[in-house]
Amino acid sequence: MPDLRELYQEVILEHSKAPRNYRELATANHRAEGYNPLCGDHFTVYLDLEGDWIRDISFQGSGCAISQASASLMTQSVKGKTREDAARLFDQFHKLVTGQSPANGNRAELGKLAVFSGVSEFPVRIKCATLAWHALHAAMQGKQETVSTE
Amino acid sequence: MTTAAKRLPGEFRSPQLRDAGVEFDVDKVRSDFPILRQRVHGRPLVYLDNAATSQKPQVVIDAIGRYYERDNANIHRGVHFLSEHATEEFEGARRKMQSFLNAADASEIVFVRGATEAINLVAQTYGRSNVHAGDEVLITAMEHHSNIVPWQILCEEKGARLRVAPISDSGELLLTDFANLLGPRTKIVAVTHVSNALGTITPVQRVIEMAHRRHIPVLVDGAQAVPHLNVDVQALDCDFYVFSGHKVYGPTGIGVLYGKSALLDAMPPYQGGGDMISSVTFEKTTYNKLPYKFEAGTPHVAGAIGLGAAIEYVNGLGMDNIAAHEHELLAYATETVSAIPGIRLIGTAKEKAGVLSFLLDSIHPHDIGTILDQEGIAIRTGHHCAQPVMQRFGIAATARASFALYNTREEVDALVEGIQKVREVFA
Repeated sequence: MPDLRELYQEVILEHSKAPRNYRELATANHRAEGYNPLCGDHFTVYLDLEGDWIRDISFQGSGCAISQASASLMTQSVKGKTREDAARLFDQFHKLVTGQSPANGNRAELGKLAVFSGVSEFPVRIKCATLAWHALHAAMQGKQETVSTE
Repeated sequence: MTTAAKRLPGEFRSPQLRDAGVEFDVDKVRSDFPILRQRVHGRPLVYLDNAATSQKPQVVIDAIGRYYERDNANIHRGVHFLSEHATEEFEGARRKMQSFLNAADASEIVFVRGATEAINLVAQTYGRSNVHAGDEVLITAMEHHSNIVPWQILCEEKGARLRVAPISDSGELLLTDFANLLGPRTKIVAVTHVSNALGTITPVQRVIEMAHRRHIPVLVDGAQAVPHLNVDVQALDCDFYVFSGHKVYGPTGIGVLYGKSALLDAMPPYQGGGDMISSVTFEKTTYNKLPYKFEAGTPHVAGAIGLGAAIEYVNGLGMDNIAAHEHELLAYATETVSAIPGIRLIGTAKEKAGVLSFLLDSIHPHDIGTILDQEGIAIRTGHHCAQPVMQRFGIAATARASFALYNTREEVDALVEGIQKVREVFA
């Protein structure tokens, strides 16, 4: 039986209540929206890209604790990284929350994002955890349209 | 924790029923629904998502099984024994729908896939023939998407205008505003009987009277009403009434469009194909009589028979008994849930049926749903296919517990305890 405490870890609850980098970014030169039509969760991710370097990132929007915390932790994790690093992190994060990452695998690079490992036990919540990441991915590619989880 | 005294299963008796000398034995009722016996995440299943779909009694499951085991044949065209028998069963189911809604004639009952298809049918046939550029279609602010989008499609095609009658903060239709929106360009009114997101019972009788004074026909979306209320389409004098079988203990994929025969007769067919014709040549096709004109192709025979069994089951318990049981359950749930600190009820109309929509502090309904699920409690979270209702209340989603005839006070207590658990997790 999946454990609720595994899903709602302290770090997740804390970030959902006080999300970091929650603002519109005045210096943003890329932005994208993520939308989950099934639940109405909606985020905008703002990026200040200098070449391949993510100089600054922020987000705004509304959603459940998992999607809020994921967006918040994502902004912390990719700030100062390159696009390539961020894309690799998304790939690892995606494997983590979909249960494709071996329990004893290399999670070092994920850092704090490892708190989302419990999501894999709650398949309907995977989209909550990845929504902001899909928006980031779109923003990095310079796409303007809203990214949907469907 | 709830302060109300706990009752043992079966101890519950609605006061109204006791007065009437009738006993609604919820334990016995529960034993008719095999799915309710299971455990979910190690807990007894508490199924409170009945507005999404209801569970099926054994008699319905058996009726479907029996049809495929014994009676399966195509209908209306075979001369052989099985075909005649299947046709009899199918038409028998139609007569059950007729008496369930008290329609004047069985030919006014059209079998469709569900309420959604029924509304699309009316929009695409009656609507396309009668709504023109500059005309108006009037709905209310608490419609399900299925009673919004088909009209939007029609209005877009025709250059007509969709008007929306507002609701109050408690979720009641504002009748004065509704009356003011009825005008010379209004060609049809489409209104829900019971709101799926709020539980409000709409005063459809008055709505119909107002519209009819201006000779405007009214479609009533009864998807959330027929499981909870007696419906008499002749007393209401509605022009169209639609419902889905699966919300009233029947199978999925079957539903009913009731239409006054004069209107149905004048409407063009919805889909072309077999069974809906009298004769076909490449030059001209003559359409079949009602209701077959609207039933192109082999219908969901098993579904109709299953729905017939469901309606018989409901009739056997008595809609008044069901309504009284559910009414007391909703009152108990409203009282105990709203006593929890941080709860905000969405939809507090005086007249309600079956639905308790709520918010808890700033906790997102999805998180509430996930935590309750771990307690074996199934509720719905989200916008309930009624996004304009959410926008009206300035919210993105609600948590919704919805009740059926087999739910108990103990299950309401479990819900209350589950919500307390949510508060603990998010403390």
